[in-house]
Amino acid sequence: MSITEHNEHRPVTAETADLSYVLAVNAALRRALDEVPEVILYGEDVAKGGGIFGATRGLASAFGDRVFDTPISESAILGSALGAAMLGRRPVVEIMWIDFALVALDQIVNQIANTAYVSRGRWRAPLVIRTQQGHLPGACAQHAQNLEAMFAHTPGLRVGLPYTTQDAYDMLLSAVHCDDPVLIIENRSLYFRERVPVAVNGPVQPIGAAAVRRAGSDATVVAWSAVLAEVLAAADELSGEGIEIEVIDLRWLNPLDEATVFASVRKTSRFAVVHEANLTGGFGGELVARVAERCLGDLDAAPRRVATPDLRIPAAPHLQQAVIPQVADITASLRQLVSE
Amino acid sequence: MSEPRETFDADDLRELHRMMAVLRFLEERVKELRLAEEVRGSVHLALGQEAVAVGACAALAPIDTLTATYRGHGWAAAKGVPVVAILAELLGKEIGTNGGRGGSAYLSSADHLFLGENSIVGAGAPIALGPALASRYDGSGRVSLTVFGDGAINQGSVSEAFNFAAAFALPVVFVCENNGLSELTRIDEMVADDQLWRRAGGFGLPGVRIDGNDPVAVRTAVREAVERARAGGGPSLVEAMTERIAGHYIGDHELYRRPGEVEAALTREPLVRSRQRLRELGVSDADVDDVERGARDEVDAATATARDAELSQSSTVREHMYVDH
Ligand SMILES: Cc1ncc(C[n+]2csc(CCOP(=O)(O)OP(=O)(O)O)c2C)c(N)n1
Ligand SMILES: [Mg+2]
Repeated sequence: MSITEHNEHRPVTAETADLSYVLAVNAALRRALDEVPEVILYGEDVAKGGGIFGATRGLASAFGDRVFDTPISESAILGSALGAAMLGRRPVVEIMWIDFALVALDQIVNQIANTAYVSRGRWRAPLVIRTQQGHLPGACAQHAQNLEAMFAHTPGLRVGLPYTTQDAYDMLLSAVHCDDPVLIIENRSLYFRERVPVAVNGPVQPIGAAAVRRAGSDATVVAWSAVLAEVLAAADELSGEGIEIEVIDLRWLNPLDEATVFASVRKTSRFAVVHEANLTGGFGGELVARVAERCLGDLDAAPRRVATPDLRIPAAPHLQQAVIPQVADITASLRQLVSE
Repeated sequence: MSEPRETFDADDLRELHRMMAVLRFLEERVKELRLAEEVRGSVHLALGQEAVAVGACAALAPIDTLTATYRGHGWAAAKGVPVVAILAELLGKEIGTNGGRGGSAYLSSADHLFLGENSIVGAGAPIALGPALASRYDGSGRVSLTVFGDGAINQGSVSEAFNFAAAFALPVVFVCENNGLSELTRIDEMVADDQLWRRAGGFGLPGVRIDGNDPVAVRTAVREAVERARAGGGPSLVEAMTERIAGHYIGDHELYRRPGEVEAALTREPLVRSRQRLRELGVSDADVDDVERGARDEVDAATATARDAELSQSSTVREHMYVDH
């Protein structure tokens, strides 16, 4: 089913609701279940318990057997989602932490991602995997990783990381309506942020498109997900010193909106990328390479990456702070970038 | 459930009671520290499940290894890891088991052959095959024990481990700590046959379901499994029935509870049960109070030491990634 078909289902009336990030996820899931009869929603603790973070609260009682709890069996969750998607359902499954996707990586990389290509499009896998990642103080090394680059390295899989509360709603709906398999990676540090007005019931957007969160002329910084809070704080601080940073929220790693990045770099002539994931093989390396390939002549300084060093993640909060990018690390790196 | 066939006397049970009390007070202390935000992040308490860890570890020799889960503070303590090192780990101190790298849900202690907690459900079971495999070559007679929850039995890795151990008659003891719940979900709604011990039969290993709130019953069943494993008889599965009398994590509203469930569990939890039994063996409540006071003093002293200890050094946070760094 295409996006336009779905939009024809009901008249679009603009509405806003005051929602936290996790409530925006909940609202998007509710709308998807409501509007798309093929959607089924399942995962560990999602039905009766309403999700370990409450993202699916109230959905089982509203939608009956289209929402159900599963055993702790990630391979079966993902494999069944693939098979059901091939036979006309649009499964939305939850993998509680991205770290747990690793016990079922085969279903994502060898199975889901291959389906459309190898069948020359005779099979499609219109499914959504919702998960979340990132560190929080005290979270252990198996609950604190940022693995987006690993999935962006998997052709065939769409990958989005909503940062704003509006995007938590919009990107998830876009994912449900997309005919490709989509991995939506949320960040649990955002779930309980303050409520903001969210436009609900608007048109479903196509997947893709980065967003400029802050305009600036001195350097372009690309980031995504929770670390954008630190990047925006750093940009505010630098603004007080007369340095204006343009901050781009990449939103989607696949499809990748290079055009927005290149246009900004051509304007500012300086480029940096910030991510919580560790440096080597991080998606920042890919962006720096593309900027170098396409905008080298526009650059006045070497591009920079701010990332966690190549380490496992320690649990103790003070040790985490010593390695995960903080506002001061970002401002320091950007001050150097603009002074070169 | 099979009846304990082991005899025990008052002194024996008093010691088991003391150790269970240490685990109880340790978890209660962890809860306080978490609520006060001295400890950060998720902590998973094993309140009410003390008899499984204490009974099982009482059946192990010092050369035997253990892999556990995130609900593993008590397992670590029962395996001999000092309470102070556990608390210090949660507080991010240098003297913690892992100097703050592991935390509440992923701590380990090489000195005690505690291969570690694990925060990936089911992951400890395949790892536990390894020490058993190694013992085949090193002639140590080591037995490897792994504990996992009822929910974990639905993880593919656990089934793989059952078969691998059975096919090669490895000296592994699988302990399934069945508290009826996986986070917010009940096991009986996630399996068609909730007699989990019966899965063992399909893999060709002995399985037994026991009363996991009775440390003597646990010790008896695990001892039998350990002796069989050490003698070359291969792996076993022990399903220990217990109840967690706390939330899955602190702040869990426990909406999944059935009416009266926790209240009923509180009447049959291990410390209540063993106090009753001690009474029957002629040990007075005052004596038992003394034992518990001693356990509490031990935890209090450990807390004070852990609190006073130095935070682990941030300057060393990048060390130990590779042998030469
Ligand atoms: C592979 C994997 N999937 C999901 C989780 C999330 N999770 C953590 S604990 C838990 C419940 C486990 O239940 P059980 O095995 O019965 O152990 P208990 O917590 O009751 O001790 C779940 C689903 C995880 N840590 N790892
Ligand atoms: Mg359980």
